Amino acid sequence: MTVPSGFTSGVANPGSTMARAAERAELVPVIGLEVHVQLETDTKIFCGCSTEPADDEEPNTRVCPTCLGLPGALPVCNEAAVEAAVKVGKALDADIPEETRFHRKNYYYPDLPKNFQITQYDAPLCADGELEFSHEGTRRTVNVRRAHLEEDPGSLRHVREGPADLDVRTTSVDRADYSLIDYNRAGTPLMEVVTEPDFRDPREVRAFLEKLEEVLEYLGVFDAGRDGSLRIDANLSMIEAGEVGDDGAIDEDVLESANRTEVKNISSHKGAEQALSYERNRQENLIKRGKAVEQETRHFNETHGNTVSMRSKEEEKDYRYFGEADLPALQVSDWKERIAIPELPDARRERFRGAYGLDAEAASKLTSRKAVADFYEQVAEEFDPDLAAAWVADTLLGELNYRDMAVEDVTDRLDEFTRLIELVATEEVTTKNAEEVVLRTMLDEGLTPDEVIEREGLGTAAADEVAAAVAEAIDENPDAVEDYHAGEGGAINFLVGQVMQKTGGSADPGDVNAMLRERLDG
Amino acid sequence: MSADDAPTHRGGDAADDLNAFITRETVVSDADGPLAGKTVAVKDNISTEGIRTTCGSAMLEEYVPPYDATVVERLRGAGATLVGKTNMDEFGMGGTTETSAFGPTSNPVDRERVPGGSSGGSAAAVAAGEADLALGSDTGGSVRNPAAFCGVVGIKPTYGLVSRYGLVAYANSLEQIGPFGRSVEDAAALLDVIAGPDERDATTRYDAAEGGAPDAAGVPDDTHPAEATAYAAAADGDVEGMTVGVPTELIEGADDEVVAVFEDALADLDAQGVETVEVSLPSVEHAVQAYYVIAMSEASSNLARFDGVRYGVSGSEATGGTEGERGSSSEIDGGDGNWNESFARAREEGFGDEVKRRILLGTYALSAGYHDKYYKKAQDARAWVKRDFDEAFAEADVLATPTMPVLPPKRGESLDDPLSLYLMDANTVPVNLANLPAISVPAGEREGLPVGMQFVGPAFGEAAVIRAGSAVEE
Ligand SMILES: [Zn+2]
Repeated sequence: MTVPSGFTSGVANPGSTMARAAERAELVPVIGLEVHVQLETDTKIFCGCSTEPADDEEPNTRVCPTCLGLPGALPVCNEAAVEAAVKVGKALDADIPEETRFHRKNYYYPDLPKNFQITQYDAPLCADGELEFSHEGTRRTVNVRRAHLEEDPGSLRHVREGPADLDVRTTSVDRADYSLIDYNRAGTPLMEVVTEPDFRDPREVRAFLEKLEEVLEYLGVFDAGRDGSLRIDANLSMIEAGEVGDDGAIDEDVLESANRTEVKNISSHKGAEQALSYERNRQENLIKRGKAVEQETRHFNETHGNTVSMRSKEEEKDYRYFGEADLPALQVSDWKERIAIPELPDARRERFRGAYGLDAEAASKLTSRKAVADFYEQVAEEFDPDLAAAWVADTLLGELNYRDMAVEDVTDRLDEFTRLIELVATEEVTTKNAEEVVLRTMLDEGLTPDEVIEREGLGTAAADEVAAAVAEAIDENPDAVEDYHAGEGGAINFLVGQVMQKTGGSADPGDVNAMLRERLDG
Repeated sequence: MSADDAPTHRGGDAADDLNAFITRETVVSDADGPLAGKTVAVKDNISTEGIRTTCGSAMLEEYVPPYDATVVERLRGAGATLVGKTNMDEFGMGGTTETSAFGPTSNPVDRERVPGGSSGGSAAAVAAGEADLALGSDTGGSVRNPAAFCGVVGIKPTYGLVSRYGLVAYANSLEQIGPFGRSVEDAAALLDVIAGPDERDATTRYDAAEGGAPDAAGVPDDTHPAEATAYAAAADGDVEGMTVGVPTELIEGADDEVVAVFEDALADLDAQGVETVEVSLPSVEHAVQAYYVIAMSEASSNLARFDGVRYGVSGSEATGGTEGERGSSSEIDGGDGNWNESFARAREEGFGDEVKRRILLGTYALSAGYHDKYYKKAQDARAWVKRDFDEAFAEADVLATPTMPVLPPKRGESLDDPLSLYLMDANTVPVNLANLPAISVPAGEREGLPVGMQFVGPAFGEAAVIRAGSAVEE
């Protein structure tokens, strides 16, 4: 037997058999994803109900006969959801067919109002796409097999009542006394993006998800802040490294013969990396101990960072797909041309480097979110690009981040922000005061920069005011003046401090120092 | 389930021994429309806000819709007075109105006999004068069959002519809501009110209708055929020069008495200047099988929502609960995340035998490994039936057949033999498979029992079948 190139370290056992050698062969995880993304539209995919949860909304209030699946109600396709999906398809460079159709996926579950889900089957809206992303300094491309539209089910809450009904709390289904159903979410448009099993590392998955979310956000079809907006199912199997070709390809038969697990209930990028790292290690350990990996569905426990076998064995699901006659086929051949998408993050990053002369780090920071990039470009229109980059990427984002705010919270205050930079550029306020007092007060109290400066008396002191303060400080501190002339270095600093105090910090310490020396030496 | 253990029957006064209504409730409209002063009965699978809509099933005995079907809105807008919700085969599954959980309806012509189905209550109510007009639904003949058996007029519109919003689905790719009247003109006037596009039913979009609405009806591209046609005005009996095709395959299977009446009616049309030609629809020998595979498959999915969570008896009550407790709560046992047993108990309790039979067969036909053999094959046959009709309409303006191959059977006669019941639909189901319009008009009697004649038109050719039907009536 030829030793695989990635043979693990360890002392060779003279008595080892071929089997033992195989146990030690380096194993590579092969991972594919099904990413469910909630598309941001005003109304649900098949009815007119809002998709936007109201603050503290009651369960089952954002519903109608259609999304409740009441007898006789019919779905009507929301074209905005189809448009959003076409945008995603374009961003993934996917094929959009002439005609797209909906199917019913039949299964019984209490969160499913009709006990079938309207989804797509043989004519998905997008096929054969790809997404390029960076991972540890190299560019990777993952193929997207298909992406289709479907309706979100409702949500279940499993409840366990404490003694005397005092301690009612949410729990897992197997510990619950009863379950409550909320159909507010039912009918939210979902896009399911299915990748080929192209990932070879859980960290790659995380990088891919970050990039996917970045693209979705650029397209304006996704709100990462919404609960449940991203849900991931991942499948993972372990393959001997020797089976992976130079181009990363793996023989179909090899893939088929390896037992896979499907990991469900992943809801974040970090969770995906965690769940798949756990699963890789678990499978690797099983194989190295000569045990079989069971082909099964596992549940990711976010709290413990592990995956657990679904207790009730799922039998082979037969979803009995068939055409949804209530929704006529949609002719979408010209939608790809008709629907425009904005410049995507990679292109914008390159343009920022070229047009504004930004370094890679700044360009990356300023383009990771469309709202930030848009904000930056508006600031850069009025100021030097590097200065604008420093203010937006470092100062503003830092302060916003600290306050758990996003750039969207201040996009309508662009004028105030540019005014602040202008005040600094014209030396009407010091950089230090602008950053540490003015900007913070602007964000905390909603004041304009001029209001803050006025209220805090931070305007850069007029030259004559500083000159007067310098003269005063010299008059009032003869001892310090004497020390200065005696060559004591600390004296000048004392005097500068005095002047700064008199001017309320609005003078430039360097200027004050120079003026003092001029007066004392002259 | 026999009539004896039927759930609470709110049929109303003792005079109503027909059992045509499941719920009698009068709703007067103050709108001054074309149906002002007319009473209309509505099949109990058409949603009425605030009035329970049972579909003839114990599962929905307590279900009160919070909304009106589009056709009900249109009835109210036209000034009609609703007089109640009519009896039907459970979820429309049957041709005799005997599978209703609320007991069978009698045929007013002969009370020993079935009124046909599944819209038997609507047809009986109109025939007995308990309503001027009625709405039914026709999935495989459910309007035309009872119209023929009760001696009234029934119209099955082209798929996409009338909104299905609010019609509780049995087989949603096949069915349409259709009108009943004592005359062709009455039924057509009701069609005028209910037909037309509805933004809540995507299959009523003029460009969504299969078969190409614009060409067939000769109307501009952006107009729904219903908006360019006056149906009642088409009931003018003026058939001179019309060509009527007679599909030989659909005459051969009919009883002699029925064929005799049918041929008399054809002769009468001939005298009015109609040219009769023989046409052939070779595919119809597969139509009944294809129809049942498709209808049952769709039913298995459409009826899946009735699982005890929100409708019917809940799974945990179904085993021990008494009738009085039904619907009081909705406790479903999902202890380990598997609710299937509770769902199964609720469905065992809430559905009748025929419904269970069709759900089981439909589930089977869609299952992996059988899907291609049954469901896909049925779809192929459906496409074939459509092509055959297209070819026939190249030779004839409308086609004529006996509506039902038999006279109305006695109650209880056919219930134990589902297959013979299914074969009764031989002349009606091809029309649904091809999404075409058809009318059934009384053509005469044998042994004191009515015989119906069916005219089938090209897609959105309602005016032609109404015209032909009105000529038979005269
Ligand atoms: Zn809704």
